[in-house]
Amino acid sequence: MKTLLAELRLVLRLFQADVTHNRKRIALTVIAIGWGTLSIVMLLSFGEGLRQSFHTNTRGMGVGIAVVWPGATTRPWAGLPAGRPIQFTDEDAELIAARIPEIDGVSREYSTRRGVAVGEKTVNARIRGVDASFGAMRNITPQPGGRFLNERDLQEKRRVVVLGDELAQDLFGSQDVVGRTVQIQQSTFTVVGVAVPKTMMGMYSGPDKGQATIPATTYKSMWTDHRMSNLIYRPVSPELGDQAKAQLYRILGGRYRFDPADERALGVWDTRRNQQITDNIGLGIQMFLGLIGALTLFVGGMGVANIMYAVVQERTREIGLKMALGAKARQVMAPFVVEALMMTAMGGLLGVFVGLVIITAIGLVPVTDDALAFLGKPTFSLPIAAATALILGSVGTLAGFFPARRAAAIQPAVSLRYE
Amino acid sequence: MDKLIELRDVRKVYSTGRLEVQALRGIDLEVGRNEYVAIVGPSGSGKSTLMNILGCLDTPSSGSYTLSGEAVAGLDRNRLAEIRNRHIGFVFQSFNLLPYATALENVELPLLFAGVSTKERRERAAAMLERVELGDRMEHKPTELSGGQMQRVAIARALVNRPTILLADEPTGNLDSASGKAIVSLFEELHAAGQTIVLITHDSGIAKLASRVVRVQDGQIVEDVRAAA
Repeated sequence: MKTLLAELRLVLRLFQADVTHNRKRIALTVIAIGWGTLSIVMLLSFGEGLRQSFHTNTRGMGVGIAVVWPGATTRPWAGLPAGRPIQFTDEDAELIAARIPEIDGVSREYSTRRGVAVGEKTVNARIRGVDASFGAMRNITPQPGGRFLNERDLQEKRRVVVLGDELAQDLFGSQDVVGRTVQIQQSTFTVVGVAVPKTMMGMYSGPDKGQATIPATTYKSMWTDHRMSNLIYRPVSPELGDQAKAQLYRILGGRYRFDPADERALGVWDTRRNQQITDNIGLGIQMFLGLIGALTLFVGGMGVANIMYAVVQERTREIGLKMALGAKARQVMAPFVVEALMMTAMGGLLGVFVGLVIITAIGLVPVTDDALAFLGKPTFSLPIAAATALILGSVGTLAGFFPARRAAAIQPAVSLRYE
Repeated sequence: MDKLIELRDVRKVYSTGRLEVQALRGIDLEVGRNEYVAIVGPSGSGKSTLMNILGCLDTPSSGSYTLSGEAVAGLDRNRLAEIRNRHIGFVFQSFNLLPYATALENVELPLLFAGVSTKERRERAAAMLERVELGDRMEHKPTELSGGQMQRVAIARALVNRPTILLADEPTGNLDSASGKAIVSLFEELHAAGQTIVLITHDSGIAKLASRVVRVQDGQIVEDVRAAA
């Protein structure tokens, strides 16, 4: 070990001598490695940005929730014919909450399109009547200064509304509108919150940003003949999702007298599936991009190996001399491996540095376009740094090892006469 | 007399494709402690092959070689490297100094491979350069030295690890006669101080100064003359 450390000084000297002799060749190799590193860093970072945006956007509608629509029976059950439509009532939500321990949140959702007016200005928007738990489940977060609907709003049938960010902007030309009022069906509603902007990859009845959300009880008192359009529920944990769904069919099947195995009696959209699939797609894209980057880097590694082969050739006599003076195979090989590693490290640092500059520059560009928001920001993370270092390290070691092994195989008696 | 080198029926065959060349055809040779042996012969006689085998740079095709009591035939490359490091000090015709390293660093090399600590390495290498009268040239690179000085650096390098045998291959071949004479008298000094030397040369004038002359021809020893002591 001590010998290796001492040898390192000599190696550095060697490298220096090599650099002055083959400046252009070494520069090209370092650039090749740098280019490979840059592409791997950029591709992985874009992949990470895309994966994160996938991850966030699939959760824009809520995490792990399921949406249930009333359906129609497709098979006769308990003396009743097939083709019977199911309709939800307010008691269903209470029943589900009380009887299914696997479910920890339920909300009703009534829904219609109506004009929402501020002064002379009217915007045709979706109005929905929901329970207080809806906001947390459906990821509708109030902007600072505002709040979502609460239990008292529901009990007292208050005329309060939470606006989507886009709807607030359209109506008021601003999103800072807590405390102001809007007219819905000649009724005055006080704005208690405006939702934080978000991107949604999945949705039903339009994006949340254009909707007005009011208490379900208020909604019912305004439109007494409306039927509930759907229910939202969230299982206690994602693993319990399938159990919760089976329980839902059993409980509602008992109540509305349909076969719990009759899938079409209820329409259930389990968002867990989508989230898992998009997560996998995101990971797949990232692995694919990483592979392309690794291959590019590998080409750079071949360049280093090539140079090292040439260097071994040029130093045949020197290698022979060192062997004559008693250098062991390890001591002959080490300088070549170290030199290859140094070239790789220089190229790697160059690539990572340029990559970080580009990523930071892209990060500073404000995102105005929806498609760009969807693509996400390229993100350089610790695992990416680790992966890059690992690949770089192995490429460098391999690129140094094979030429070094060739150097150690040189016969000193022959190489001392080599010119 | 202590036997440092003992060759028994050593043969070396090189095969180049279909052709087989017998470079050495049964060499028997013994060299004792503090001998000064010159091996002479025309080119193609096999003396270079003999030097390679003596220096453990190559191994015999058959026969046995015992160096300082240790059988050398059949050892692996790393073991041979150790033996070279410990027992053999090489001096080459073309000096073979590392061009990018200083005189001191060149002399340190064998100690580096032997795993000697930096401080001791530095001291021993410096002392050896003083010994060959190059104390004022330690930080010079080979390109800044004359041929005679380069060869003296090489000799210092050969001696720095206190080898059993100093093995010199045409050490004056690349030098002008004045520098050559200085090297030869340095060898005589070393011999007088107890160093065992094997010198390979085709220069009979230099060979005459040795205490024993071994003549090689066609891969065999044809003459072995000891000077009257």
